[in-house]
Amino acid sequence: MSAPSRDEAIFVGRKLTKVYRTGEQLVHALRGVDLEIYRGELLVLLGPSGSGKSTLLNILGGLDVPSSGEARWGEHDIGAADEARRTRFRREHVGFVFQFYNLIPSLTARENVALVTEIAARPMPAQEALRRVGLAERMDHFPSQLSGGEQQRVAIARAIAKRPEVLLCDEPTGALDYETGKLVLKVIADVNADLGTTAVVITHNAVIAAMANRVLRLADGLIASIEINAERADIETLRW
Amino acid sequence: MVSMLDRKLGRDLWRLRGQAITIALVVACGIGGFIATHSTHDSLTRARDRFYESAHFPHLFADLKRAPDAITHTIGRIAGIAQFQTRVVQDVQMDLPGVIQPLSGRIISLPPDNSGMGRLTLRKGQWILREGSDQVLVNERFAQARGLEPGDTLQVLLNGKRQALTVAGIVLSAEYIYATRGGGLPDDEWFAVLWMDAKRLAAAFNMEGGFNSLLVRLEPAASEAAVVRALDRVLEPYGGRGASTRSEQISHKIVSQEIEQQRVNGTILPSIFLAVAVFILNVVLHRQVAAQREQIAALKALGYDDRSIVLHYLKLVAVIVFAGIVLGIALGQWLGHYMTRMYTAFFHFPQFRHQTLPWVIVASAGAALGAAALGTVQAIRRVVTLPPAQAMRPPAPPAYRPALLERMGLSHWTTPAVRMIVRNIERRPVRAAFTVLGIAGSVAILVSGTFWRDAVDYFMDVQFQRAQPGMIYLSFVEPLGPEVLSEVARLPGVVRAEAYRSLAVRLRHGHLTYRAAISGLPAGARLQRAIDVDRGEQAIPPAGLLMNARLARKLDVRAGDRVWIEVLEGKRAVRQVQVSVVFDELVGLNAYMDAAALDRLAAEGPRYNIAALTVDAARRDELLARIKTLPRVSAGIVKASLLESFRSTTARNLLFFTGVLTLFAATIAVGIVYNSARISLAERAWELASLRVLGLTRGEVSALFLGELALMLAAGIPLGFLLGYALAALIVALTHVEAFKIPLVILPRTYAYAGLTVVAAGVLSALIVRHRIDRLDLVAVLKTRE
Repeated sequence: MSAPSRDEAIFVGRKLTKVYRTGEQLVHALRGVDLEIYRGELLVLLGPSGSGKSTLLNILGGLDVPSSGEARWGEHDIGAADEARRTRFRREHVGFVFQFYNLIPSLTARENVALVTEIAARPMPAQEALRRVGLAERMDHFPSQLSGGEQQRVAIARAIAKRPEVLLCDEPTGALDYETGKLVLKVIADVNADLGTTAVVITHNAVIAAMANRVLRLADGLIASIEINAERADIETLRW
Repeated sequence: MVSMLDRKLGRDLWRLRGQAITIALVVACGIGGFIATHSTHDSLTRARDRFYESAHFPHLFADLKRAPDAITHTIGRIAGIAQFQTRVVQDVQMDLPGVIQPLSGRIISLPPDNSGMGRLTLRKGQWILREGSDQVLVNERFAQARGLEPGDTLQVLLNGKRQALTVAGIVLSAEYIYATRGGGLPDDEWFAVLWMDAKRLAAAFNMEGGFNSLLVRLEPAASEAAVVRALDRVLEPYGGRGASTRSEQISHKIVSQEIEQQRVNGTILPSIFLAVAVFILNVVLHRQVAAQREQIAALKALGYDDRSIVLHYLKLVAVIVFAGIVLGIALGQWLGHYMTRMYTAFFHFPQFRHQTLPWVIVASAGAALGAAALGTVQAIRRVVTLPPAQAMRPPAPPAYRPALLERMGLSHWTTPAVRMIVRNIERRPVRAAFTVLGIAGSVAILVSGTFWRDAVDYFMDVQFQRAQPGMIYLSFVEPLGPEVLSEVARLPGVVRAEAYRSLAVRLRHGHLTYRAAISGLPAGARLQRAIDVDRGEQAIPPAGLLMNARLARKLDVRAGDRVWIEVLEGKRAVRQVQVSVVFDELVGLNAYMDAAALDRLAAEGPRYNIAALTVDAARRDELLARIKTLPRVSAGIVKASLLESFRSTTARNLLFFTGVLTLFAATIAVGIVYNSARISLAERAWELASLRVLGLTRGEVSALFLGELALMLAAGIPLGFLLGYALAALIVALTHVEAFKIPLVILPRTYAYAGLTVVAAGVLSALIVRHRIDRLDLVAVLKTRE
């Protein structure tokens, strides 16, 4: 495993705040977050529900914009981009992995991947992406014919096939059992290592933090701590 | 105190408002159409029957040449006759200041006290008071068309003498609810019916002490056929043309045809509307119930019994359907009023009010509610019968499989997007089929509702361009010798003149008889021809009869059979003649013969009672002025004027009906397309939002989703063309009108109009749904399982 560069911040967030209005109440989801993400690192965002980690991930992925502050991926100022430009950004640079996989049920595994590679600039072949997650044999199965773990691996293949700059994983093991969850985490770690794709995993499961280069703890809309793992744990050794 | 379930009902309704409104509108169209057509049908029937009753409308009518009053004793002894009345009827030419075209009038003698049969209803002015006066009563339609008021005068050619007659009053007659000289076209501007003091009229036409027309009312149990036979025997020596029944009376025939038309339209089209509304309701409910599966389980777990849950959903449906019913009743009343008012332009009744009988409302509302309730119970039975624990678990994930095309090996050229669309349709084949069928239904309604324009155009072309291409048609007061042709040809401006004989006969085959007129056409006749339904000219056989299929059916004859012909005028010859050819014709029960053969049959030498002219347009007015002075011409018909007034009234009516049907069909199309889009959007919002998160643009996601609708429109529209044709054929087949055949002609313009209207409705629905796709909540998608 090559160590990611500590100097090159590919994402810079400054004084990020996010205020929602729900009914009559204002919810301060982020209260001024400063953070950098470095090229090639595996970053875990840790925090209980309500800590603001999902809001942060949404801003990182260009699904949402901050109420104030700056959010920038290299030259892309996604904090100030309109909806169309953020869509374009997601399409070209972000690979998403969701808690509930969000596969298209009417498409086979290969077609789910192809749906994304068709609109990407320099994708890898769908077969290759599926081979990387160990599903070359089950390419022509529909989601309803796959187990949860297999579906999540298809989702990862779909996310990496476009060769994204960053892989954003939102509770990727949240709907999976222990063994399957570990298998999925291993795939994410392998992609991070082999392709050098920057990966951000958000979770409330503190054990997972051991596999990261860095761990960001969020609490109450603020960054509570940043830890750097000198030694990344082998996923096989994780227990929860 | 509003129960919690009712509160949920209110909120569910608010959430579903778009769908609820479209469903209610479709229900409203069905009920509105049903009520409008049925109430118009009822109003027409009641107005006619009431008028007939108050006017003592006769059961039988007989025309003859002239009979002395003395034979009334014989007539009075015929068994089955309750009441009869003799009178004098004369067709005359008329003139009004400023009117270039010749006008025709029918003058009828009026009994002194307007008693007896066929009594008139006075609308304006007064009854003729002075015996022997030159005053007349005028039928209201003509008076209105020509702006006549009591006190105005008319110039009438009475037995060759020009006479000024004063309008005393304006009246309605049950015999002339629809007044026409016989062509079937509205004739109000050119044809007047006048009533005159009996003595004065008899004096003008040398009919004192005699009569030429007889009206009869029958006793309740009398045999119509027996009385007709007896009357014919009595009147034969006096030039009797054979008694006819109400069904042959022209005004009655036309009014009844129209009533029949309303009955058919009122049954078929609204049934389709209701069926579609019920279908949409059913689909929406299935979806609602499926989406609320866990809620229903929770309600059951909380102790609500099946009955109250079923009742809850029944209420939801009832609110929607009830709104549709209320709207439909209002729509039906408005439309019914409009249609009734439209008929007053053609039919004149003393009392013609639009009335909706309660059964019409009860039946249509009941059908809508019943069908909706049935659909609801069906939709929720499956969910309600699940044990709560099982129902609380989400239903199994949707299983897809390669679509048929792919299984056939045709997948290599398709993109994932196309595959998604095709597989989605294939996964719910029944729903897709219903949606396609619904779209097809709205196209079919448009095609079958608006093909009338094509049919009327075709009909006009056959009748007035091909069968009667002449410009002016003259009828003579009696058959005239061959010299009349050269006289007519010498009239100013005449380019071509032809003359024909129309001979009144009774045809007999076995026990079947029918009173008809045989047209004698000379070889090479160009201005009066026999044209078949396919617009081809039918040659007149040199010997024997050419008979149209309608008349052949009536007499049960086939080509080659021989029929008896009793001539009802002149020498009254009786001969057996062969039917040489039977052909299909659009209108009437007609027979044709070669002119020379007809002359031999009549045994009078060449005689003509009709002439047809083509005219030099520059000298037309001069010609018309001359025609007005010809004493032996009873009517001069200028074809162009007749067609013009027909076109302007029909065009207005067709435009109205096309407009209403377009609105209805568009409502259905929007109802179907919008609802199926909303339902599948609800089912697939999660999937579509996921695609948006993955970086597909709004346009791409909309295309994926709306592509499915486009495909169903593409399948539904051609199917709708076929269904529309079938439906039009059904309407034609169900319309039992003896006298004509509605040509089943549907032009490309009608298909194009129907298709484009439905496409427009589809696009409109798509735009509304597209707006929703654009606002999908991407953030929520990441956190929720479907």
